[in-house]
Amino acid sequence: MYRKKSFWFTVFFVVIFFLFIQYAQTHFDAYIIRIMNVAAIYVILGVSLNLINGFTGQFSLGHAGFMAIGAYASALLYMSPELKVMNFFIKPLIWPLNQIQIPFFPALLIGGLLAACAGFLVGAPCMRVKGDYLAIVTYGFSEIIRVLFNNLQSITNGPLGLKGLPTYTNLWWSWGWAIFTIFFIKRLIDSSYGRALKAIRDNEEAAEAMGVNLFRHKTLAFVVGAFFAGIAGGLLGSLVMTIDPNAFNIMLTFQIVLIVLLGGLGSITGTVISGVLIAFLMEWLRIVETPMKIFGFTIPGISGMRMLIFSVILMIAVLFFRHGILGDREFSWESIFSIFKKRDSMEGE
Amino acid sequence: MSWTLFLQHLANGIALGFVFGLVAIGYTLVYGVVKLVNFAHGDIFMMACFFVYYGITLFSFPWWLSFVFAVFLTALLGISIEKVAYKPLRDAPRISSLCSAIGMSFLLENFATVVFGGRQKAFYQPQVLNKTLNIGEIRIQLVTIVTIVVSIAALLFLNYLVYKTKMGLAMRALSHDFDTARLMGINVDRTITFTFAVGSSLAAISAIFWALRYPQIWPFMGVFPGWRAFTAAIIGGVGSIKGAMTGGFLIGMISIMLVAFLPDLAGYRDAFIFMMLVFVLLFRPTGLFGEA
Repeated sequence: MYRKKSFWFTVFFVVIFFLFIQYAQTHFDAYIIRIMNVAAIYVILGVSLNLINGFTGQFSLGHAGFMAIGAYASALLYMSPELKVMNFFIKPLIWPLNQIQIPFFPALLIGGLLAACAGFLVGAPCMRVKGDYLAIVTYGFSEIIRVLFNNLQSITNGPLGLKGLPTYTNLWWSWGWAIFTIFFIKRLIDSSYGRALKAIRDNEEAAEAMGVNLFRHKTLAFVVGAFFAGIAGGLLGSLVMTIDPNAFNIMLTFQIVLIVLLGGLGSITGTVISGVLIAFLMEWLRIVETPMKIFGFTIPGISGMRMLIFSVILMIAVLFFRHGILGDREFSWESIFSIFKKRDSMEGE
Repeated sequence: MSWTLFLQHLANGIALGFVFGLVAIGYTLVYGVVKLVNFAHGDIFMMACFFVYYGITLFSFPWWLSFVFAVFLTALLGISIEKVAYKPLRDAPRISSLCSAIGMSFLLENFATVVFGGRQKAFYQPQVLNKTLNIGEIRIQLVTIVTIVVSIAALLFLNYLVYKTKMGLAMRALSHDFDTARLMGINVDRTITFTFAVGSSLAAISAIFWALRYPQIWPFMGVFPGWRAFTAAIIGGVGSIKGAMTGGFLIGMISIMLVAFLPDLAGYRDAFIFMMLVFVLLFRPTGLFGEA
């Protein structure tokens, strides 16, 4: 009975949430909408990285690379041919790409699928490479992507990047994908695949002995994680309207790792909370970079202070709150029901 | 391509190889003893350059004193990073200490940006070292030769330290078995502190030579040398000093020779290096000299 009840509760809240999104899109000011978009992208990134790092226990630092693939692939598909001519003024874009223009949604999907292919390529060596080494290999992969995109002038426009992209990303796109990501990964985690992934995280040898196909499940985690990272990259490109190959560096990956850590490795709910929190926090922290007047003293704004505070938060989280906001607990309607039930029974007595 | 030009590049490659090799040894020592990838090592490298810079500009030390001062301070920095960020997590799951190392690297970079400023600064070039020597037809900068000589001296000293002293014995014991080493009466904390001090001072020495060669310093300068050196350490086999040096040479040579002989592909340099890393890990996961 609970199952049915919580299903309808979920449907109800998703509907409410989208009504809110509709309201926000039309009534909120552009700055808040922008931050909410970024928050949604952080949620997608955080949840997809949590699938690889938190649920499967494979420490990956390749998310920026997957994002770059998604961002470039989708942008090159949805940009109009005229815009491409304007962008590629040093070396023209190679043939099939300079003619094509397809709508935003299929472009995003193709970007995600290409990132998923890259995810397969990175995930496959997982069998030989473990732990710290895997972190290095995935980091190396994302660096290779960055270097390639900096140098393949006739495909990616090299270090000039892509500019003046059309803005398709709005709250509907970003939060729609975020909600889809959350549900997809939640379903995956609760399925037999998810149990196998957790078994691999907890003890790889034991999982293998119980008949879990290590290769299939590890690459599955990478493919799904990379797919959503690619989608997030595409959304981000269209949101900020430019793509700079050097933006997809290790700092970006660290930021996503921080979101996962703060939320709790292995908790989707925690990741969602911390993704939204960090998107807003990073904006509020801009205050410390602007000049301030306190008790008559003028404190000049120090640029970079924001990132310093951010990294101090990261260190505090790692050292003292190792389990993040929620540890590996999840939100569920059952826990809410049980609170009410307890209260009812107490009142009854 | 003439023979002399090749020899000239070879000399540069060897010098750069030593620089990478020394940084790689820092990674290898720490990984060998505490089984931790010290992601902050590249940033320790960066801090050493800034210590030299401020030693000269702020305290107006002579350059050589400032170099020594920087090596000293960097060793202290390495020790305190270990105390603050790694020691509390020694018994925690591996992923925590990995994250702590990443966070520390992030923290040092941002600290340097705020305190030292993000703009590039010119590194002091002592007149003495700026001479160019002509050996036959080959022109070599004195810095290159000094780099090679000092690195060899540092390596010999390290070799003595690790294989001939009690502290080195303790380090090697820890790298094999933590608990047994502790049972044998080895002071674990002191040995780890010592390891970090040695690794960091080697990073400082190589950072100084790096900055003499590429005299611009900024907060993110350590990221790439750090990662290349780490790649060198893995290719050579983590935990092996010989391996770290070999990996360092390999990467130093690739860095120099690719730019010199295939300038069209120079932009792909890091892609080549990481590709090499992936292949080594796939076919020999323990590296060239690593133990199984």
